[in-house]
Amino acid sequence: MEWTRKDLLSLYDLEAEEIECILDTAAEFKKVSERQVKKVPALRGKTVVNFFVEPSTRTRVSFELAEQRLSADVVNMQAQASSLLKGETLLDTVKNIEALQVDLVVMRHSATGAQAFIASKLKCGVINAGDGAHSHPTQALLDIFTIREKKGGVKGLNVTILGDILHSRVARSNMWGLLKLGANVTLAGPSTLVPREFESIPGVRVCHNLKDAVANADVVNLLRIQHERQTAGFFPGTGEYARFFGINSDSLKMMKPDVMIMHPGPINRDVELAGEVADGSNSVILEQVTNGLAVRMAVLFLVAGCVKK
Amino acid sequence: MNLILKNARIIDPDRNIDTIGDIGVENAVIADPGKVSNAKVIDLSGKVLTPGFIDVHVHLRQPGNTTAETIASGTAAAAAGGFTSVVAMPNTSPAADTAGAIEFLRQTAARTGVVRVLPCGCMTKNYAGQEMAGIGSLKSAGVVALSDDGKCIQDHALMRHVVEYAKSFELPILDHCEDNFLAAGGVMNEGKWSVLLGMNGMTGAAEELMIARNIILARQFQWPIHMQHVSVKESVELIRKARAEGIMVTGEATPHHLSLTDDCIKTYDTNYKMNPPLRSEEDRQALLQAVADGTITAIATDHAPHTVTAKLVEFDHAPFGIIGLETALGVTFTELVASGMMKLSEYVKRLTTGPADILRMKNYNLAEGNAADITIFDPEAEYVIDPATFKSKSRNTPFGGKKVRGRNVMTIVGGNVVYEYGK
Repeated sequence: MEWTRKDLLSLYDLEAEEIECILDTAAEFKKVSERQVKKVPALRGKTVVNFFVEPSTRTRVSFELAEQRLSADVVNMQAQASSLLKGETLLDTVKNIEALQVDLVVMRHSATGAQAFIASKLKCGVINAGDGAHSHPTQALLDIFTIREKKGGVKGLNVTILGDILHSRVARSNMWGLLKLGANVTLAGPSTLVPREFESIPGVRVCHNLKDAVANADVVNLLRIQHERQTAGFFPGTGEYARFFGINSDSLKMMKPDVMIMHPGPINRDVELAGEVADGSNSVILEQVTNGLAVRMAVLFLVAGCVKK
Repeated sequence: MNLILKNARIIDPDRNIDTIGDIGVENAVIADPGKVSNAKVIDLSGKVLTPGFIDVHVHLRQPGNTTAETIASGTAAAAAGGFTSVVAMPNTSPAADTAGAIEFLRQTAARTGVVRVLPCGCMTKNYAGQEMAGIGSLKSAGVVALSDDGKCIQDHALMRHVVEYAKSFELPILDHCEDNFLAAGGVMNEGKWSVLLGMNGMTGAAEELMIARNIILARQFQWPIHMQHVSVKESVELIRKARAEGIMVTGEATPHHLSLTDDCIKTYDTNYKMNPPLRSEEDRQALLQAVADGTITAIATDHAPHTVTAKLVEFDHAPFGIIGLETALGVTFTELVASGMMKLSEYVKRLTTGPADILRMKNYNLAEGNAADITIFDPEAEYVIDPATFKSKSRNTPFGGKKVRGRNVMTIVGGNVVYEYGK
């Protein structure tokens, strides 16, 4: 199929074949990353601005490296250094960026829909690198790429996403992507962090018991537990979380022997995930990071091809 | 100018009148049409003539945010929408929490206002919910009610004292019902759509809890408390039960809560952001039913102007509120009367005697000798709402492009025609 979108905002918007198109393209770019010379001229002469209104390290580095390997010219902007602090509106800031003849804006923002809002006002392409608790499409794509690569496909797999679903854009993006490709999705964790409303979506199961959540899982994707949620009263403490919802070598015994353990990082070792499991043979966590580069190269390449000059 | 308004369908709920007939206006008051001299005669065949609409919930933004609205523009918008009186919420900047602020409002309204501006004073100083405002002085300055709208007094003991004290000055209380802990950080309704969009939700329980509190206080101190912008089904149930028990509580519903639901927010259009937020379809149906059966006795707009600049931002960062004065009739007539849900004569009560009762106004009707505050609308007119035609300085409405039925054609305040459609 031919890619036709100038923006990548959410996997909810995509058809299954569009997701497959990105994953297939990523597989080609992964080969590039394994070569001695890792750079290709695909985006030579194109300018990409990484605009991170919310702090990020790994996603920004991954995007930046992907852009450099595609030979794009890259500028990084952080909110702290931008005019937003001087009272300029987001729309004015990005219109100024666009006026510099930029081709693509990769943006992270704490507000749901911020990228969709600016994408509708700009001619340049917009790639969502995370908006609020809503969407983080490239993270989900790299997770799904890793699952597809390791398991040979996605359809019919049981994928459990475990942790703070309520506040997680990773969970929401994975859920839509996995559902479109035919997986069964279980959202699991304490009831304060996993809203029942998700059950209204066909193909989604909500579960508040660890054993039920993971027993039949082919993949368990863990989410980072943030201390600020404890302060806000969603659960009593990381110790109790680890005891009832953390994955360690004991809970691994409840699962299928070939279960795949994933985590988008950064890990809270021994809270949601025990060190021995993170480093163990079921874990694919570092491969996710490697695949992230290939997936972001694919997204940048496809989206850039649809930006009209 | 004296007027003879002929052949209108006159609906005067306070006097149980619903008939085709004539009304005279002479020297600013209603008069016998047979005895009015030197009158302009207007044929109103097919039109409905009622006492002037009252909106008990309007933000005029002056002083403090006159880029968004002024008393002049807001009252012009009210006139265009068919409202002859508006209750001005006190959360201006500075707030209307002193006699001086009320005096400013009254003088500015007298000088620039197009319709009657009924002042409302704060319950607490700077509507901060900490210390009681000078309620007696506010009454002397002419307020018709008290409200901390935009905020809700969280301290139940303070609210209790406000209710008791307000009773001694015979001032009704209009309360924005919201528990700050339960609603903290929310930008939309908590429900399926907040979960899917990953936005912070405001549970309906935040409203329900404070409505329950107010019902208890109204019962204990035998003084009316009016619940502003009721938005959830459970709140409606509480009010229905309390009223059946004879407790002096009332409620209002806004045109947007009667016509829109939280799924609209998937577009991230900040004109769908208000507080209380748009709720579920189940809530909307419960509200429509409550307005139809009289559990909710007033339609109020919560007209909340914001500039384009203020609203053209990320959804999380946008201010709450939309304008409503110029769309209220079309939107609610369409939902409630054109839909067959309620009779026209009953609907008129929600815009006239219902609000008048909340403000403890007596004899709000078209009897001879009363002030000639009259609204005339066309119940058959179908049209598409065009914000470009608004008199309001602001355009923050989600109703642009919406097809509705029911159009205000003439607004008369104190015998003066202050708005005429097409003129």
